[in-house]
Parts: sequence; structure tokens; C-alpha cells
Amino acid sequence: MIINHPLLGPRDSQEFTYLGDASLIDRPDWQAENAVDQFHDYLYLRDNPAGSHRELWFHETGDRSWLVVTRDTTTHEITAVELARDVARARGRSK
Amino acid sequence: MRYSGLRVIKEALTGHKGWKAAWRDPEPQPSYDYVIIGGGGHGLATAYYLAKQFGKKRIAVIEKGWIGGGNVGRNTTIIRSNYLLDGNEPFYEFSLKLWEGLEQDLNYNAMVSQRGILNLIHSDPQRDAFVRRGNAMILNGADAELLSADQIRAEYPFLNFNDARFPIKGGLAQRRGGTVRHDAVAWGYARGADSHGVDIIQNCEVTGFRIEDGVCKGVETSRGFIGAGKVAACVAGSSGRLMAKAGMRLPIESHVLQAFVSEGLKPVLPGVITYGAGHFYCSQSDKGGLVFGGDLDGYNSYAQRGNLPVVEDVCESGMSLIPAMGRARLLRMWGGIMDMSMDGSPIIDRTHIEGLYFNGGWCYGGFKATPASGFVYAHLLATDTPHDTATAYRFDRFRRGYMIDEKGMGAQPNLH
Ligand SMILES: Cc1cc2nc3c(=O)[nH]c(=O)nc-3n(C[C@H](O)[C@H](O)[C@H](O)COP(=O)(O)OP(=O)(O)OC[C@H]3O[C@@H](n4cnc5c(N)ncnc54)[C@H](O)[C@@H]3O)c2cc1C
Repeated sequence: MIINHPLLGPRDSQEFTYLGDASLIDRPDWQAENAVDQFHDYLYLRDNPAGSHRELWFHETGDRSWLVVTRDTTTHEITAVELARDVARARGRSK
Repeated sequence: MRYSGLRVIKEALTGHKGWKAAWRDPEPQPSYDYVIIGGGGHGLATAYYLAKQFGKKRIAVIEKGWIGGGNVGRNTTIIRSNYLLDGNEPFYEFSLKLWEGLEQDLNYNAMVSQRGILNLIHSDPQRDAFVRRGNAMILNGADAELLSADQIRAEYPFLNFNDARFPIKGGLAQRRGGTVRHDAVAWGYARGADSHGVDIIQNCEVTGFRIEDGVCKGVETSRGFIGAGKVAACVAGSSGRLMAKAGMRLPIESHVLQAFVSEGLKPVLPGVITYGAGHFYCSQSDKGGLVFGGDLDGYNSYAQRGNLPVVEDVCESGMSLIPAMGRARLLRMWGGIMDMSMDGSPIIDRTHIEGLYFNGGWCYGGFKATPASGFVYAHLLATDTPHDTATAYRFDRFRRGYMIDEKGMGAQPNLH
């Protein structure tokens, strides 16, 4: 698989390590009343779809940036690659 | 029809005209007491024990393709009970004992071969860990034996003993481990279940569940609705996809695992060996091919095929352990979809929906578990209580903090 890095262009997926579903960006609020339930779901439960999947890849042997890759789990075709930083900011995660 | 040596001779003399199909091909009934989804090893074993051991009637196994076309027909066929943790080891030892009696029980040659499995040791800390594991196995009634490098040399003289980085310092052997002919396991259980009245319905995909007021009443399929007293999901790598139809999210990710076989060679590898310094395991099939595998590809996949980096990685590991392997040609490779759970251990439990049961999360160790998985799942379905060896395989263990994490990797399915 070739991952088209937004800054570096096409890179071999071997340069990356895989973390999992990009919903891991949305860490729950630890002060919420049901924080225990929320963290259980966040940590352990997955949609695990057959089809389009947004997922976190780390460019470990490259520029060490985190990417959000949109990939089809039935064909391995990659349709979008974004910097995880931009995705998180767009969701108001940090400044 | 009972199979025997005499029967083979008789059929040979009469032109093999007396053999009958090993199982029927029935039309689905409008309803059953038990509907088992998935005609892999586990689903078929569940049906067999449910009918035979627990005396239940009106059972169907529903398979979207043909039985044995999933992981049961794609794995590297290793059986063993060399686990460390209390939640696991009694279960896998129960499974190994069932393997030992399987062929007589099923009257079917599943080619159970207890040729032994050897986990190699390459460093002192690794030896400590394996001694601990061996002791845990012995405490749970399994067999384990610590071997020195010289003892291993006598059996496997061609291994790379003096590798500069990863010399072989010894190994943990389980003599009762070995291999089983994978397809024959599916066929043997199918024939056994069928002979106890189980309907095996192939080419019938479950497309949804009928759930009313929190009770599961049956399944929607590509061949119409089938009512059920109890519905038992057992679809291995498709677990996430199937249970989503019941509105459930699981502590499971689906990943692709590849396996490889070389051209046929003369007998060279007497048992199963696993490399301790890389992820690589290898045995020789009765046809002579070296059957081997390694790591997952590492990303979510339902594609049943992997990519080249893992091919390279597995072959490199093989070469560093058995340099002679480089002279053999790779014949075939393929992939299967693993139901990787968050702690690397399976789930066999009721769901929050009444009448809906779940069996999955087998990662890449589910083949060896087939007999016990079927037995304990049948126990759960028949009695609504978990079998003694499977009390830890609950959904709520993640919430309660009782993970069964053999590798200590945490909630990272691709690392288990
Ligand atoms: C390459 C590879 C190597 C492996 N090596 C080993 C090993 O050495 N030792 C070991 O112990 N384990 C090994 N495993 C793991 C083992 O094969 C699996 O854990 C085990 O086979 C899973 O259980 P099963 O046999 O019931 O699965 P499967 O055979 O996959 O059965 C599941 C069935 O469910 C069906 N299904 C799915 N969705 C639906 C639906 N909606 N409706 C109807 N039917 C459906 C599928 O078609 C399939 O036939 C390996 C797996 C792979 C892929």
C-alpha cells in the first residue's frame, strides 16, 4: 500500500505503524458523569466496518507525523490522507 | 455409514459405488430451537456437541458460503495448549484432550498428529519466561518440557544454532501438541452433526436479526426468515460485521493474516517449531510442503489477502532460523480474516439481547480451540451457564478490568 502523505508525497506503508480507528482522536471528557462508560467504549469498542474506514497511521521512520487515512477495508484502496493534527484542530481538540 | 478399513477394502472391490454424501443438503425449516450462524470449525463443533452431548434437537447451522471455506480451511493447523494465564490454560488443555479423542468420537480421520511443538529460546530472560509458562502448563495438567540446545540439535540439526544475534539456547517443548488436517475437522464435525439430525444449510447468508422487545426471535437470511429459540453467532473474522446488524459494537477488530506453503519436500521437519526472536512458525504437511506463517499485516482488513511487506518479513524470519529453507520454492500463499480482540483472548458469552449468544475474538489461535469452543458454547446454549473452563471469556471483562492478555500488549488488537 502507498500512503500519499500530505507533506511528503507518496510513501510506502512500511514506513508507518498502525494505531487503529481515528475515533481515538475523540478522547472522552474525564470529568463527565458517565466517564467510566465513555472510556470503556473509547478504549475497547470498535465499529470495525467492512468498507470505508478512517484510521490513524504514524510515520515512524519518516517525519513522525500522525495521519488520518481513509481506506476501504475490503479492497485496501486509500481515498484520502490528512494530517491528524488538522483533523483534531478542526474538531476543536487543541489550539 | 460407519467408516472403517474394512469398508475401504469392500468399496475398492465394488468400484466405490457404495459411498454416500457425508451430510445432507436440506432446505431451511421455518424455525429451529437453535440457529448457529457460521459453518466454520467452531459453528459445526457447537452443533455437534449440542446434539450429541446435550441431546438437543431442531438445530441448524447457517453458512453464507460453503462449510470450511473460512478460517478453518485457511489456517496453519497448529494445535497446542501452552498458554500461561489461568483464564486460558484450562480451556486449551480441555481442547487438546478433546483433539486426542476426536477421531474415534467422530469416526472420521482428521489426521490428528501429535508430533510435538517446540518454542525456541534465544536469551536468558526468554528462558525464565518459558520456565514460568511450562510450570503454569504443568499445574493445569498439560505437559511441558524444557530442552537444552544439544537436545534440540539432535532433532533439528539444520536450525541456525550459532546465529550471532539470536543463538538458540534451548526450547520449551509440548510433545502432545502438533497439527490436524484442517478441512477434515470441518468435514468430520459436519458429518457428525448431520448424523445427529443437525441441518447444515449452505449458501445462506444471515443478513439481519429479528429482535422484538429485547428478545431475538430469529434471523433474516438470503433465503428468508428463520425463526429460532436461541441464535448463536459464530462467524470468526466477520463478527464485527454480523453483530453490527444487532446494533452491537464489539471489542474486536478484523485483521488479515497470511499463510504460506512451499513445494513438497522429503520429510525434514519432524514437529512444529516456533522462532523466539521473530514471529515465525513452521511445520511440514503430510504432502511434504513446509507450512508457515508469521505476523498479521497489522491494519483492519476484510480482504482475505495481504500485502508483500509481510511476505518479505515472514520469509526473512524463516531464513534466519532455517537457512536451508532458501532452497525451497514458495508454492502458494493466502490470507484469512482474524477476529482480533482487545486482549488477544476470545469471548464466549450471552449478549444483552435475550436469546442471542456470541462466540468470537479468536485471533489467530482459534483452530486449536475448535473442539473446546464447540463444547463450551454448546454448554452455554444448552444450560445458560458457562462451562467451567470458559468462565473468564465474558464480554464484561474489559469493563471490570479482568483482561486475559497473554502478551501484555494492552488494548491494541494488531499486537496480540
Ligand atoms: C492464515 C491463518 C493461519 C492460522 N493458523 C492457526 C494455527 O496454526 N493454529 C490455530 O489454532 N489457529 C490458527 N488460525 C486461526 C483459526 O483458523 C481461526 O481462529 C478459526 O478457524 C476461527 O473459527 P472458525 O473455524 O469457526 O472460523 P471460520 O472457518 O472462518 O468460520 C466462520 C464462518 O462464518 C461464515 N459467515 C460469516 N458471516 C456470515 C453470515 N452473515 N451468515 C452466515 N455465515 C457467515 C463464514 O463464511 C465462515 O465459513 C489461523 C488463521 C489463519 C487465517
